[in-house]
Amino acid sequence: MDVLDIARWQFGIVTVYHFLFVPLTIGLTALIAILETMWVRTNKPEYLRLTKFFGRLFLINFAIGVATGIVQEFQFGMNWSDYSRFVGDIFGAPLAVEGLLAFFLESTFLGLWIFGWDKLPRALHATTIWLVHLGTLASSWFILAANSWMQHPVGYTYNPDSGRAELTDFWAVMFNKVQLVTFPHVVMAAYMTAGAFVLGIGAYLYVRKDKEHDRPLYLKAIRFGAAVSLIGGLGVAITGDVQGKIMTEVQPMKMAAAEALYDTEQPASFSIFTIGTPDGQTEKFAIKVPRLLSFLATGDWNGKVEGINQLREKYIEKYGQDPGATYYSAGDYVPVIPVTYWSFRFMIGLGVLVAAGAALILWLTRRGRAPTSPWFGRFGILMPIAAVFASSWGWLFTEMGRQPWVVFGLMTTEHGVSPRVPAYEVWTSVTVFTLLYGVLAVVEVGLLAKYVKRGADPFEEPPDVPLGGSDDDAPLSFAY
Amino acid sequence: MELTTVWFALIAILWIGYFVLEGFDFGVGMLLPILPKDEKERRVLYNTIGPTWDGNEVWVLVAGGATFAAFPEWYATLFSGFYLALLLILVALIVRNLAFDYRGKRDDPTWRSRWDMAAIFGSYVPALLWGVAFANIVAGVPIDEHKEFTGNLFTLLNPYGLLGGLVTLSLFLTHGAMFLALKTDGDIRHRARSLAVRLGLVAAVIAVVFIVWTLAKYDWEIMPLLFFAVAAVALLAAIGMAARGSEGWAFIGTAVTIACAVAGLFWALFPAVMPSSTDPAFSLMASHDPAVGVSAAATQYTLKVMTWVAVVFTPIVLIYQAWTYWIFRKRISTHHIPDPVGDTVQA
Repeated sequence: MDVLDIARWQFGIVTVYHFLFVPLTIGLTALIAILETMWVRTNKPEYLRLTKFFGRLFLINFAIGVATGIVQEFQFGMNWSDYSRFVGDIFGAPLAVEGLLAFFLESTFLGLWIFGWDKLPRALHATTIWLVHLGTLASSWFILAANSWMQHPVGYTYNPDSGRAELTDFWAVMFNKVQLVTFPHVVMAAYMTAGAFVLGIGAYLYVRKDKEHDRPLYLKAIRFGAAVSLIGGLGVAITGDVQGKIMTEVQPMKMAAAEALYDTEQPASFSIFTIGTPDGQTEKFAIKVPRLLSFLATGDWNGKVEGINQLREKYIEKYGQDPGATYYSAGDYVPVIPVTYWSFRFMIGLGVLVAAGAALILWLTRRGRAPTSPWFGRFGILMPIAAVFASSWGWLFTEMGRQPWVVFGLMTTEHGVSPRVPAYEVWTSVTVFTLLYGVLAVVEVGLLAKYVKRGADPFEEPPDVPLGGSDDDAPLSFAY
Repeated sequence: MELTTVWFALIAILWIGYFVLEGFDFGVGMLLPILPKDEKERRVLYNTIGPTWDGNEVWVLVAGGATFAAFPEWYATLFSGFYLALLLILVALIVRNLAFDYRGKRDDPTWRSRWDMAAIFGSYVPALLWGVAFANIVAGVPIDEHKEFTGNLFTLLNPYGLLGGLVTLSLFLTHGAMFLALKTDGDIRHRARSLAVRLGLVAAVIAVVFIVWTLAKYDWEIMPLLFFAVAAVALLAAIGMAARGSEGWAFIGTAVTIACAVAGLFWALFPAVMPSSTDPAFSLMASHDPAVGVSAAATQYTLKVMTWVAVVFTPIVLIYQAWTYWIFRKRISTHHIPDPVGDTVQA
């Protein structure tokens, strides 16, 4: 493997790993904020118990999300220095704004939320977790605007003198049409994931014999989580549908790669499952839904979908002979088809399973009871896992589908890598991060399992304190 | 004033904020094996920075992002060039973050002592390496005509760079001890204060050697020297205040020391952002003017957009961060630490 391959593996490993924790962070802050607000408004103990229980699980997850997020801020400069030079004028701005607007908000108010139970009046305490959620949304907005620009560059001009892309319209980057649909898609997926988490943990505890006395509590979690997960799932489906059509327009090769459609078809069918030759170019067996790809790509059951071979010709004509830019390169312009084909199906398949599971569980629990078989608990635990992996596959699809470009139509990935960083350094970092992240995964799962099994603590009325806390010399309400 | 100058100054301010705030966090982490006598006292240390360390750490993320946006060439050359040093810092910050969050999650001495080691490693390594990095940046490193760093990790680990690392390490230790004297109560408060005085004297000696070496090495202008002089006076004043028992003033003293030292470094650096030791013509500069040299800056338009964002949102951030410190202003002592640990913690 050369430096480019190792650097790509590193980016894939650290970024997919980081994003395992992100959807739960975005989604759970909203669910916890709703639970705590319900407690403030109704004073019903179950809302506070669920707030604290899921709050603790959220913090275990959030800690590792933040820690692995630090790498994200610096790794563009480390492994992708030529990319950073080329796009810094445009791509750097949302990253900086994300730090100033989102990271400060999240970290500061989360500190207040964790340690502030005996320092803040109740309504203000609930406000802090809402502000953390606002921070996660702001963070998503800016980082997705940066990513959307890589998928569909807008608001820039290429300066041949400096050899860089230069920002001409900040608002065009912020309201890129790819961004406008990607942001709700990602946020809805986060709500679906967090809903599945609350539902799944609720189901697991509901069926446990030692938690029988708390069944009403966990049933509440199951139904609340299922409702959020289903709404999120529907949102993901609707935004995903719009996204497919925009993708067909701005990155037609990615759509063709999603279906492994080699030759243009009208109408085009969608295959649920295909067995092909290992190079992915010849089909042996397939289950197909007629006209579905036409609808997904164009919104018309009879629409024409361009194939990989025709698009390759077009791309070579368009990008292969441009004299102006040193960063352009003539190439094949085709992503790795088996990866795009299967990641697209795993993303959709897992997403549909979660949403359908949530709908099924809502229906099963409609009479104020849930199934008590251990299988119900096991099924519950699988829900958030499926939702998290649906997001991972989604990112693998959208990033691998953009290849060979790092910025679509402007710069290929091979030109973005750091030219002077030697292979041993990249090997060192990919090895260190993989081993470290592996250990952290074991630690995290162990802690989550421990605190899930413990269940919600008994209700304890928190002191209703004035701002800044009371004057007594009592122990801290929360301490490391 | 040129916007490139404004952004150079803003990035300097972000680093000042980072080192002043995270400096005492690092100090508290580094004092874990030195100051506490038992588990309760160790937990006092962790809890003095519990609600605020994460917000303090964001300063460096924003500094990184702002460098990317305002000086993409600086961001690219610095982080690809100082690759392994930065990798070590990142690993240190990751394990340190998790040590804070996970240490109390199991009531098990082995678990806790492993996370203690992570917190200690995670505090010493960045406290040393940030100093090494900045001493090298200001001194100049080999950069070729393609804006690429041509050295390796050992280029940075030269005696001057390492001494710079010892300066930050000893200053952060002192600053951390001053913070603990201000933020704790009981026996540990008095030990922190007397330790702060001793550490301050060590830091003063190291800093003086570093300044003398710097003076011998370069032809410096008056302004950076003035900053360093104020830093030195503030450090001596802080030591005196700590010895007298004025903990608030002593802490402000070390904060001023760190702020002035970083300000002096950036002043000495300007208008370069990364001077080249290979050829001054290859130095990366904070200016659009070709007469000044190779520009590291983003376009005027990007800088203008970023300036508006910074002008509107920085005051808001400062207000709510300050408010958090006010909410958690109470001193912490061993009787504030709930018992037993780990399994019964709330939230």
